[in-house]
Amino acid sequence: MTRAGFINAFPLGRHVPQGLKPAFFRARNGMAEAVPYPKPIYETSSRLWRILFAVSLTLVSAGCTRKPGAAFALKPAGFGAALVESSGGKQIGATGSVLAQPLVVQVNDEQGTAVTGALVEFSGPAGVSFDPPSGLTDSSGQLNTNVALGGRAGRYQLIAHTTTKAQKAVELKIEEIALGYQQQVGFQLDNKYCARCHNPESTAERVSNYDNLAVKPHPFTEGDTLNKMSDAELTAIISHGGPALNKSALMPPYGYTLSKTEIEALIAYIRLISDPPYHASGMVYAQE
Amino acid sequence: MQSLKNTLSSLWQTLFGHPVRAFGVVSLLLLISLAIAPAKNYFSEWRHYQKQYLKLVRSRGEAVTLERHFHEHEGIQQIWLPEFGVVDRCTTCHVGLKEASLADVSTQPFRRHPVIPHTLDQFGCVMCHRGQGPATIVEEAHRSTLAWEQPILPARYVQSSCGQCHRASLTGTPQLNLGRYLLGRYGCVHCHTIKLPDGSAIKPTDDPPSLEHIADKTTREWIYAWLKDPQAYAVSATMPNFKLNDPDARDISAFLIANSTALAGDTAPVTKNEKAPDPTAGASLYGESFCSSCHAVQNAAGNVVGGDVGPELTRVGTKVKPEWLRAWLRNPRVYDSGTAMPHYRFSDPQVSLLAGFLGNKTDSDLLANVHLDAPTPEQIAHGKLLVTEYGCASCHEISGIKKPDNFAPELTHVGSKPLTQIIFLPGMTHAIPDYIAAKIREPRSFGSALKMPQFSLAPAQIDALTTALLSLTDRAHDLPSALTVPAKPPSNYQPAGKAGQLMADLACFSCHAINGRGGDMAPDLTWEGSSVQRPWLQAFLKNPGTLRPALIRRMPKFNLSDDDAKELTDYIMTVYQTPAFDRDSMPSSGYPPAQVEQGKQLFYSKYACQSCHIVDAKVDKGYVGPTLTQVGSRLTAAWIYHWLKDPQTMRPGAIEPNRNMNDEDARALTAFLMTQKGSSKQEAKK
Repeated sequence: MTRAGFINAFPLGRHVPQGLKPAFFRARNGMAEAVPYPKPIYETSSRLWRILFAVSLTLVSAGCTRKPGAAFALKPAGFGAALVESSGGKQIGATGSVLAQPLVVQVNDEQGTAVTGALVEFSGPAGVSFDPPSGLTDSSGQLNTNVALGGRAGRYQLIAHTTTKAQKAVELKIEEIALGYQQQVGFQLDNKYCARCHNPESTAERVSNYDNLAVKPHPFTEGDTLNKMSDAELTAIISHGGPALNKSALMPPYGYTLSKTEIEALIAYIRLISDPPYHASGMVYAQE
Repeated sequence: MQSLKNTLSSLWQTLFGHPVRAFGVVSLLLLISLAIAPAKNYFSEWRHYQKQYLKLVRSRGEAVTLERHFHEHEGIQQIWLPEFGVVDRCTTCHVGLKEASLADVSTQPFRRHPVIPHTLDQFGCVMCHRGQGPATIVEEAHRSTLAWEQPILPARYVQSSCGQCHRASLTGTPQLNLGRYLLGRYGCVHCHTIKLPDGSAIKPTDDPPSLEHIADKTTREWIYAWLKDPQAYAVSATMPNFKLNDPDARDISAFLIANSTALAGDTAPVTKNEKAPDPTAGASLYGESFCSSCHAVQNAAGNVVGGDVGPELTRVGTKVKPEWLRAWLRNPRVYDSGTAMPHYRFSDPQVSLLAGFLGNKTDSDLLANVHLDAPTPEQIAHGKLLVTEYGCASCHEISGIKKPDNFAPELTHVGSKPLTQIIFLPGMTHAIPDYIAAKIREPRSFGSALKMPQFSLAPAQIDALTTALLSLTDRAHDLPSALTVPAKPPSNYQPAGKAGQLMADLACFSCHAINGRGGDMAPDLTWEGSSVQRPWLQAFLKNPGTLRPALIRRMPKFNLSDDDAKELTDYIMTVYQTPAFDRDSMPSSGYPPAQVEQGKQLFYSKYACQSCHIVDAKVDKGYVGPTLTQVGSRLTAAWIYHWLKDPQTMRPGAIEPNRNMNDEDARALTAFLMTQKGSSKQEAKK
C-alpha cells in the first residue's frame, strides 16, 4: 500500500527503488516475463487480501495512471479489409528468444491491393513479446515486427489484428514453434544427422539427399504417419535402424552413435514440429 | 479544538476510566497483537498456492499419487546447497516441478519443469533463473525489491546461466555459444577486457587490418566514406559506425593517409598495354579458386552470399587501388604477414584476370558526393587527436600511436554489476539484462558524448551477446574449479620446418584443424597421414579434385610446384599418423574375389551404404558422404577398416553412424572398397 507513495516520490528517470519498477513499467515495455502468473493474487486469494489489493490498486491507479498503449496511440491513416501473412510464420526458435526472421503481415482492401497506414496490433500468449507491438503499414501495405517467444516450449498462436472502416475486427492467426532445451538439442541432432535425408528441402549449405533415395524417408513434419508411432517405436527405429523393424535398409541404426538422452531429445523435437500437431505436446493458446 | 479535546477525554474515560475496564481493553489489545503473527502466517501466499495446488491435483486422474507426493513435502520447502551459496524456497509454491504427469498444466506456479540435464536437488533454482531464493512472497522472489535487487532472469537470456559453470560450447546452448563467438568476432574485446574465471582473457577473432600502409591500398575518399558509414560500403561489415561528423571524418582520413608509409611492390604500376580482361574468365577463376568460401558478395536480391572469413567484396573495386590489388593477389603475405588468406601462387595472367574481375565490382554512388580538399597540417594534427580519442588503435595498428590499455570498462563481472552503479534511461526496466541489451543496441542513447560506436547487429545477435555477458557473474568467478566444466585450452600447435612455413603460407589453418588448432570449414587433418595414400595426396595437393560434389566449399587449387607438393606430402605422411594402428597393416590389393563379392553384397544390402555414398556412378546417387569411386587409391585399407568399425573415434563428430560392425563384415567391406581404384586417367582425359 505504501507503494503509491514511493512512486510519486521518484520522478521518471531518477533511480527508483527496485520493487516498484516492473509493475510500473509493465504497460510501457510490455515485457511479458514480468507477468508469469495468469491469475493475479487479488482474483483468487482470500477476502482479506482481496480487500487489501483493491485498496492498494485504487491508490496506485489514482496516484499514477498510465494507460497501457497510451504510448502507442497511433492514428490509422487507412483501413483494410483483409490481413495476410507475407513472411515469418511457421518459424522455429528457442524459447524466449527472438525469431530469426521478422514477422511481416500485409493489409489489403477488398480488391486485394495493399493499404498504407492501416493500424495492425499483435498479440500472443503470455510471454510473447513483439517489437513493435503495433504499428501502421508502410507504403507497400506491410508491417514488420520482431517476435520473441515465451519461456515455454510448444506451438504459439500469434494474432495480428486490424479493423475495417466499419470498425469490424479482422484477425490473422500465425503459428510459431518454440523449442525448449530438449527440443533444441534434438533440432541440432536433426541438422547434423537426419536432415540430409529426411528433409526434402535443400539449402545452399546442405543439398538434400531425399530425391536420391529409392525408398523415401518420412519428413519429420509428417504428422499423419509419425504421430501414429509411439515413442518406443521411434526409439527402436532410430537405435536399431530400418531392417531390424522390417523397414528400409537405407535407414541405418544410430544406437551406437547417439546416446539415450540424445534419442529422447530427437523424439521430443520430432513431436513438437509434426504437422498436424502431436497430441501430447499440446498447444499454447492466447489467453485473451 | 475544544470539542476534539472533549471527545478524546471522554474516549479515554470510556476505555480506561475504570481499572477493570482498562484491564479488559489492554488484554484485548494484547490478544490482537498476539494474533497478528499467526494470522499473517495463515494468510501467507505460499499457503494459498499450496491449497490451489491441492485443488488442482484432486481434479486429475492420478490424484492419489500426486497428493501423496504433496503431503510428503508440505509446508515451506528448501533446497540448500552450501557450496553454491544457494538457499532456494521456490519449491514451496512451485510444487509440481518434478511431477512428470503435470506436463500439460500451463498454470504457474504448478507447471512441471521442462527436461534439462540437471536435477533440481543438485542445482536448485536461482543458479539458473536468478531471483531471490529464500523469499516466500511472489513479489520478493521474482522482482527486485528495496532489500533484494536480483530479479528473475527473463527466459530469453536463461542460457547465460549455463555459461557460469560450462566454459566450453554446449550443444543445448546455441545462443550462448553465438554470443561468446560474437564477443571475439565483432572485436568487443579489443576495447573491453573480459577475463574468464580460469584466468585467461577472451581473444578477438576479427583481425582488423593494420593501417600502417593504408595509402597503398585505398584512397582518402574511400576512408572518408567508410568512416561515415561502414555498412554503406559492405552490409556485412563488422566495423561499427562512430557517427562522425563531416570535419572529423575528413581529418581522420587526412591523418591516416599522411601517416601511412609505402611498401615496395604495392605501387608497381599496371602496364597500360595489358588487354582488357575477359569478365567471364575472371568470374570462373573466382569460382574455381573458391574465393566465395571466405568472401561474400551481395547479390541482386540483396542477400549476402558467401563466407565471412574475409571481407565482403560487393564494391571492392571502389575501395582498392588496382596496383595494390595485383600485389595482394600475387602474395597477400607481403602486405599482411598474418592474414588468413592463402598465398595462391597465381600466374601473372591469372592475377590480371582476377584483378580485372574484382576491379569491376564498383558502386559509383558510394564516393559520388565525397569531395575532399588537400589537407592542412592542422587537420592532420586534429585527425591524430581524434584517432587517439576514439581509440582506433585498440583494434588497428597505426604507426606512431600506441594501443591503449583498458580503453573501455572491463566487463569481467558485468553479469553481476550492482544496480546502484547503473544509470538507467527513463522508461527502462531496471534490470541488468535490459541495461546490457540497451547498451549494445544503441550505446549513444545513454549520452551523445559516449565513445562507444554503433554496431550493426540483428536482434538475435544482441540477445546472444547479452546472454554471453550475463554469464560473467560473480558466482561464475567464485565457483571452486571442481564444480566447473573447463573449456579445452586453446592450441598453439605450429608445424615445424619448411612444411610448416608452407602451411602458414597456404593458410591451411584457416580451413583445416590440426591438433586442436584451426578452422572447421574443412576436414580435421590430425591423422591424415594414416588415412590417405601418398600418390593420391600428392596429386590432390597439385590439383584438388571433387570428393563431395554436394558441397559448395571445396579445396582450392593453389598452383603448388612439384617440390612444394612433395614437401607437404612427406610431412603429412610422416607426422600426422594415428597411434591407434599401422597404416600399412592391411594390403591395398590382392583380396580374394569371394571376399570382395561378399563386401559388395554387404555394401548394397545389409548396410545400404549407397544411400549416402557413390561407388558406381551410374547406379548410386548418395550425396551425403564422399564419393567412393576411387577410394581404393585414395584411402589406406587399415583406415577404411578402422573407420568402418568406429567412425567417431577416427574423427570426432563424424556423421557416419557407428554400425557396430563385426570383424568379418568390416574386412569384407574393406576388400570391396579397396577394389574401387577408379579410372583416374580417364577422368583426367575428360
